[in-house]
Amino acid sequence: MGISPVLWQFLTNWLHGSALFPAEASSISPWVDALYFFLLLMTVFGVVLVGALLTFFSVRYRRERSPVATQVEGSTLLEATWTIIPLAIFLLVFVWGALLYFRIYNPPTNALNIYVVGKQWMWKAEHPGGQHEINALHVPMGKPVQLTMISQDVFHSFSIPDFRVKREVIPGRYSTVWFEATRPGTYHLFCTQYCGTQHSGMIGEVTVLTPVDYQKWLHESTSGMSLAQNGERLFASMGCNQCHSGTAAARGPNLAGVYGSKLTLTDGSQVLVTDAYLRDAILSPSQHVTAGFAPIMPTYQGQISEDGLIDLVEYIKGLQSNYRVQQTLVTSTSSDAAPKTPEPGTTTPEMVKP
Amino acid sequence: MSAQTIVSLPDQSTAKMPKRHYINNEHGLLSWLLTGDHKRIAILYLISITFFFFIGGAFAGLIRLELLTPQSDLVAADTYNKFFTMHGIIMIFLFLVPSVPATLGNFLIPIMLGAKDLAFPKINLLSWYLYLAGGIFTLTALVLGGVDTGWTFTTPLSTHYLNTHVITTALGIFVAGFSSIFTGLNFIVTIHRMRCPGMTWFKMPLFVWSHYAASLLMVLGTPVLAIALVLVLLERLFGIGVFDPTKGGDPLLFQHLFWFYSHPAVYIMILPGMGVISEVIATFSRKRVFGYSAVAFSSVAIALFGFFVWEHHMFIMGVSNYSALVFSLLTMLVAVPSAIKVFNWSFTLQKGSITFETPMLYAFAFIGLFTIGGLTGVFLGALGMDIHLTETYFIVAHFHYVMVGGMLMAFLAGIHFWWPKMTGRMYPESLSKLSAVTSFIGFNLTFMPQFILGYLGMPRRYAAYPPEFQVLNVLSTAGATVLGVGFLLPLLYLGWSLKYGAIAGNNPWQATGLEWQIQSPPPTENFLETPIMDHEAYDYEWLANKTKHEVTTVG
Ligand code: HEM
Ligand SMILES: [Cu+2]
Repeated sequence: MGISPVLWQFLTNWLHGSALFPAEASSISPWVDALYFFLLLMTVFGVVLVGALLTFFSVRYRRERSPVATQVEGSTLLEATWTIIPLAIFLLVFVWGALLYFRIYNPPTNALNIYVVGKQWMWKAEHPGGQHEINALHVPMGKPVQLTMISQDVFHSFSIPDFRVKREVIPGRYSTVWFEATRPGTYHLFCTQYCGTQHSGMIGEVTVLTPVDYQKWLHESTSGMSLAQNGERLFASMGCNQCHSGTAAARGPNLAGVYGSKLTLTDGSQVLVTDAYLRDAILSPSQHVTAGFAPIMPTYQGQISEDGLIDLVEYIKGLQSNYRVQQTLVTSTSSDAAPKTPEPGTTTPEMVKP
Repeated sequence: MSAQTIVSLPDQSTAKMPKRHYINNEHGLLSWLLTGDHKRIAILYLISITFFFFIGGAFAGLIRLELLTPQSDLVAADTYNKFFTMHGIIMIFLFLVPSVPATLGNFLIPIMLGAKDLAFPKINLLSWYLYLAGGIFTLTALVLGGVDTGWTFTTPLSTHYLNTHVITTALGIFVAGFSSIFTGLNFIVTIHRMRCPGMTWFKMPLFVWSHYAASLLMVLGTPVLAIALVLVLLERLFGIGVFDPTKGGDPLLFQHLFWFYSHPAVYIMILPGMGVISEVIATFSRKRVFGYSAVAFSSVAIALFGFFVWEHHMFIMGVSNYSALVFSLLTMLVAVPSAIKVFNWSFTLQKGSITFETPMLYAFAFIGLFTIGGLTGVFLGALGMDIHLTETYFIVAHFHYVMVGGMLMAFLAGIHFWWPKMTGRMYPESLSKLSAVTSFIGFNLTFMPQFILGYLGMPRRYAAYPPEFQVLNVLSTAGATVLGVGFLLPLLYLGWSLKYGAIAGNNPWQATGLEWQIQSPPPTENFLETPIMDHEAYDYEWLANKTKHEVTTVG
């Protein structure tokens, strides 16, 4: 809009300082706020217009001044006006809102992926390097971060008001949201979908760190095992490697490089292998039989937790070389260091996450 | 009081209570409980709906009291959850949905059409019993310890994770839903088949048009809610797994089914209210409604479009981006007919001869609040904006502006407007004006801060919240107290007026509708002889001639 940048700066600073507006802490926030101000303006204008009409007519045509009413049929011109103008404004809002939506919900390809599991009543974040945190999330500033989220029980919803992002976290499927934090600090993290007794306790803090601090934090909080390493252990202990051994004699398809590829199933259909596909294929294999293989894989429904599934998916993702740079860096170095796959039957039960 | 006001107030020197009317026609409780008279059924509804409204209101008070402080210190979190669940369920299913149609609609539609009764009087009575049964189920759940699903019954929370009285409550709503279906059916058939000679579609009052549109929604939408609830019950009792992802079900399916009803349901709630407003504004500005057919058609347009926007409750739930696009566009389109109506009402005042009786004040309050409610709906229809606002107090504020500011103000406007017709008596004028002003102020004080809270990010359904939100919450609670007074006042003075109110006379407002051409309260058969509709719905010249004629014949 034709507003001078200085004035705009001043205005937003003043507003955000006034406790009537949340902080602008992500790259998308100013965009959302701009639409918000436009909508606010539209509302104020509409309300003032209607209020002025009512007041004017009430004064001008009150019984004392206008003892007899003049009957009017209507007016096509007026009616067309107040149909077309609101329509035009609403359509503008629609386009504006839609552009924002696509921006907020389409992650850039270079985003750093963090997994989030929602459960009654906590948020559990899992970083690729294996760092876990509960009701807290540490992210680097100035870098796109994508959250891949799933719920272990009921609907939850992940919301960071200061970033203007929110997404429902759904049992049985991955949902994603991304943001790029622009200011170091701590921000509220809420569950906004009613999820039972402690719903209002399912809150946490997002801490935005400078890239240097973030690296420091990563090192200090590492548990020694990356998600992919956990996944590799699980892969062995659940017996996956018996069939998916990658050898010519294997009874299951080779999983290296499968992520991101197009797979042909026995019914001839083609699917893109994504996180969600891998998760589904583990839980209900009979519905995802790869062409050329027998439907012999057992279901793992109820045997692996969502955390465990994330580890497995992360492991399988890493079994390729052309994966996104960030992931490759983290997972390839750590899987080099991964211990040798134990022999089947030698794993202790504790290694399988319930 | 100026000379002008006297024109519209009853002339008490000549007005007499008619000897025989629908209230005293038969005596005894049984004559009420077994009545087929639409007017008596309307009164039964009015009493029961008022009862539930104040129970729902008590929960609202408790909610606001708890939110006075950031901690959940008044009650524990699970009790709070039960409070807002009961508040929501009672207000939506037992108050808002039936409010205007079951009381005013029931009372007035046959009279406005020049008919003796609704098409199916026994079904009408049955629907009141169904409503009552639904209400009793719900109250039973409450007495047994409550339910904490939220009024939206989100699965799998409601099916697998809660140990409260979900089944009883869902059954209650299921049963009450049939009451709504039957009422809708009854209205549709009546409007098609029972119009008196001369009553063409475009001579019908807009009140009838809006009920026609709302009835379509009730009949087509409510069964879907019934199905959704049955599936919840089956899933809870037998674990059939339609909504359970571990059994191959889809948890989003419930959301689709639920909102396929519950979005149109907001139009079931608001359309009849719009009908009331059209009548009130026309009467007190003594003008035909500006652009009668635009208003009539916009009701039907709202009803039809209302079925194609449900997904806007699910924009953040992982629906495909492209379907979100379609539903956002449709949402914007459905906003247009509402805007049309607001301007039509405003321009009805132009060149009128306006007086400001209580119903008119409520109608003004309606227009103001509904405009705010409607425009804030555009925020939520805009996809990128919805992401930030949904599931926060912005939503709470928005739907209270539309439904409470809109529907409840319309309900109060209508109750005051037709009170003289229903009871034969006037209510005290200055007290009623006071209550209109009080509730308008209280309303804004309660819900305006919630818009701000919402943009700040305060989630809804929170028993405890971060301390920085407290100031706005305290304001809101203060407003709720004022609002509560504004709602209690009418209960008291309307009750008082039943015995002590001035006799109203047939047509205290000098209105044109057929209902004003018969005695107040009406006789059981409404019309002693079949009327003929020989004028348009808002023909004040016809009325003036008629009155002159009557005066000359009497004199
Ligand atoms: C003094 C008047 C009222 C106050 C102070 C009030 C307050 C509230 C508050 C604070 C909530 C949000 C609860 C939460 O999300 O934590 C709420 C929810 C709700 N209110 Fe009201 N309310 C009032 C009147 C009404 C009326 C008159 C109706 C309907 C006629 C109504 C219908 C609803 C509904 C349907 C909900 C949603 C419940 C849910 O989230 O499950 N309210 N109300
Ligand atoms: Cu939650």
